[in-house]
Amino acid sequence: MSLNQKRRVFLKGSLAAGTLGAAAGLLTPGMVLAAWNKTAFTAKGIDEAIAAAAGSPTTAPSTDITIKAPDIAENGAVVPVSVSTKIDGVESISMLVEKNSTPLSAVFHLPKGTLPDVSTRVKMGKTGDVIAVVKANGKLYSARKSVKVTIGGCGG
Amino acid sequence: MAKSIKIRAKSKGGITTVKALITHPMETGLRKNKKTGEMIPAHFIQEVVCKHNGKEVINCEWGGSVSKNPYLAFKFSGGKKDDTIELSWKDNKGEGDSISAKIR
Repeated sequence: MSLNQKRRVFLKGSLAAGTLGAAAGLLTPGMVLAAWNKTAFTAKGIDEAIAAAAGSPTTAPSTDITIKAPDIAENGAVVPVSVSTKIDGVESISMLVEKNSTPLSAVFHLPKGTLPDVSTRVKMGKTGDVIAVVKANGKLYSARKSVKVTIGGCGG
Repeated sequence: MAKSIKIRAKSKGGITTVKALITHPMETGLRKNKKTGEMIPAHFIQEVVCKHNGKEVINCEWGGSVSKNPYLAFKFSGGKKDDTIELSWKDNKGEGDSISAKIR
């Protein structure tokens, strides 16, 4: 009897704590951090996508950005991409896949103290360039790397 | 419980590396169900946020072209063993999940 009571109190407590946690700091369904950039993610052209994601379609090619991605991706559905840079004051890193119907894949917003070194895996429909756009101190820099895709990754 | 997220955070030399793997279909909305011929609706994570001791260390916006069961890795300066890392995600359907873990 008392064990059941203890369980109930424990469960009730953890449920309350859980709800509090959800309300307090982490994402709740209704809460949006900085409204997902629909314009950028649905843009069909590369310039459009970069402009919507980073503010301008014009970027300065930089050799200080390193894109790590396979030269040949066996599976276009899962292409590992890492972007890092020596540039200072990085605010965000955007990853785009040039030949995808909507090129923008991901945008990483980096607060001060977070290193400009991010990794994820993206889908590539066909052989083409992976483009990284780095926004630092209000300026835009970019780099690109060609990835050959043997089996396209968009399920088509 | 944070069933959809596996996370590992390790601190070394003043830099904390966070690696996370999230279980999620990441449907682009462009695929067709081969049996029914119907388009599979878009269902993908749009936002991922990670906090260290309550302070945001990364904020990601993703599209459907991030791979299924997405992987994320990043680094931030600071953080030490036993500090708290929280990662949460939200998708286009308004669903989400979060996890709390300690830095190793």
